[in-house]
Amino acid sequence: MNWAGKMGFTSKTVILCAGLALAACSNPDRFEGQAGLGAGNGGAGGAGMSGSAQDPTSGAYFQQAIGDRVLFAVDQSTLSNEAQATLDRQAQWLISNPEYDAIIEGHADEQGTREYNLALGARRANAAQEYLVSRGVAGNRIEVVSYGKERPLEICSEESCYRQNRRAVTVLTPRAGS
Amino acid sequence: MMRYLIGLLAALTLGALPALAQNSGPLRIEITEGVIEPMPFAAPDFVADSAAAQEVSRDITGVIAADLSGTGLFREIPRDAHVSRITSFQSPVQYADWRAINAQVLITGSVRLDGSDRLVVQFRIHDVFAGRELGDGLQFVGTRAGWRRIAHKVADQVYSRITGEGGYFDSRVVYVAESGPKDQRAKRLAIMDYDGANVQYLTDSSSLVLAPRFSPTGDRVLYTSYESGFPRIYVLDVASVGRRALPTLDGNMSFAPRFAPDGRTIVYSLSQGGNTDLYRMDVSGGQSARLTSAPSIETAPSYSPDGRQIVFESDRSGAPQLYIMSAGGGEARRISFGQGRYGTPVWSPRGDLIAFTKQSGGRFHIGVMRTDGSEERLLTASFLDESPTWAPNGRVIMFTRETRGAQGEARLYSVDISGRNLKQVETRGGASDPSWGPLQR
Repeated sequence: MNWAGKMGFTSKTVILCAGLALAACSNPDRFEGQAGLGAGNGGAGGAGMSGSAQDPTSGAYFQQAIGDRVLFAVDQSTLSNEAQATLDRQAQWLISNPEYDAIIEGHADEQGTREYNLALGARRANAAQEYLVSRGVAGNRIEVVSYGKERPLEICSEESCYRQNRRAVTVLTPRAGS
Repeated sequence: MMRYLIGLLAALTLGALPALAQNSGPLRIEITEGVIEPMPFAAPDFVADSAAAQEVSRDITGVIAADLSGTGLFREIPRDAHVSRITSFQSPVQYADWRAINAQVLITGSVRLDGSDRLVVQFRIHDVFAGRELGDGLQFVGTRAGWRRIAHKVADQVYSRITGEGGYFDSRVVYVAESGPKDQRAKRLAIMDYDGANVQYLTDSSSLVLAPRFSPTGDRVLYTSYESGFPRIYVLDVASVGRRALPTLDGNMSFAPRFAPDGRTIVYSLSQGGNTDLYRMDVSGGQSARLTSAPSIETAPSYSPDGRQIVFESDRSGAPQLYIMSAGGGEARRISFGQGRYGTPVWSPRGDLIAFTKQSGGRFHIGVMRTDGSEERLLTASFLDESPTWAPNGRVIMFTRETRGAQGEARLYSVDISGRNLKQVETRGGASDPSWGPLQR
């Protein structure tokens, strides 16, 4: 689940960058170094990632044991059986852990134009959101955002990477007002 | 923002020079022709009245030559091949000396610095084999710091007098400057001269920014930023670099904005409930009107130059294709029917062509087609070409080319609509999503 830890940081970094100087965000060494720390590293948006993966109420547990992402076929936003199983676990977890809300990030691989991929990422994030809502998670706890092809997880230009990049990732956030 | 004071003065009335020869037709390049033998030209240093002016003169003639050679339509005859020197701007030109080195075009000029800051440039364009001037001499007045703009204006005059097309050298491009690794890329808006000079950053890279688009007069830029955590449309004033978010409809993702030719209306994409449609709004704020309502993806809209129609990308047929509809919405007609997927259509400023991105057989292409979809021509092919933008004269297209793999990087390229003269635009570091602004005044 190496990639899971890395993604957690990527999501987090997007938020971090909003408040920090450029240098911190564009330094690959810093990025790699913190990715190695996995989900436990703090910072903005880090509430969702805090705690030990042994603690079933922690963000780290959600990310690693529940599974924070689902993958899609080329150009598709249909949820596979595997994706539905992951989202079933996410739904149960979110229902039992009401102190968290979630943002679902939709992503695409680089095989497409920037605009189309933004729209495709929106479809994917929405498919995951609708499924979670259909499983009982309150709609107002889940926001969606599309990154299109802007934030690949894997950077080779091969299908082995592309399939990891066509994803919807559920990123935990502290419950608004809590 | 520096404001250049450039006055285009009346044609110089310095007495027409006698025509020495009447052979050959008028000097002319038809740039719709297929293969072009570049037209040889000579651009000796403009005559300077001081050492300081001499320095500026050398810079100016260098940029004029680079502009013309860069089109692929002209070829500079090296200075060391010149057999004659221009020592006085007023004296008659010894055309035989320039014919001897086979220069078909000769550009002569003078450079004067008044005080420390005022730059006065006069020039004449000569048809060497006809032994006469091509059009009238002109004078440009500007600031010393604005010497590049004057050089571009001189080159635009040469280009348009010989091709009969509008110029495009005195123009700017807004784009996304990129740095950092592919999975953590930092992006910020930047503006530059069309040739990559005078880069100025408009935003920092604290938020992801995408796809800036110039207003018709080049005074404002629309773009998409993740500043709020979600993609939203902003409008930025180029002179003050002030920006504000546009009040797009509820639903938290809006992107792919573009100005209408009136500079007041914009069209953009809004994603709600996973569905992306096109909307229109007044850029000064206010109501958005929905233009499409289909369960498919509708994005990448671009107005026709008369503002009456919008070309856009939709996957309503299953895969992304190009469609045209009225600017008010309604029925759309599909114009792309070739093999592959089509995206990012952009209407030419001349109204005759639509540039697009095409994905076919695992490759990306920049292409052009007529507005009815006929005469499709692919101009480029690579691992990833996208986001075409038109030069103000509708003859050249700039676009993004990204290389493959973990070390992949985006750069800007330009190509003629004939498919000739493909070349990289010089930028510091990575660059994507160019938007070519209008010819400056």
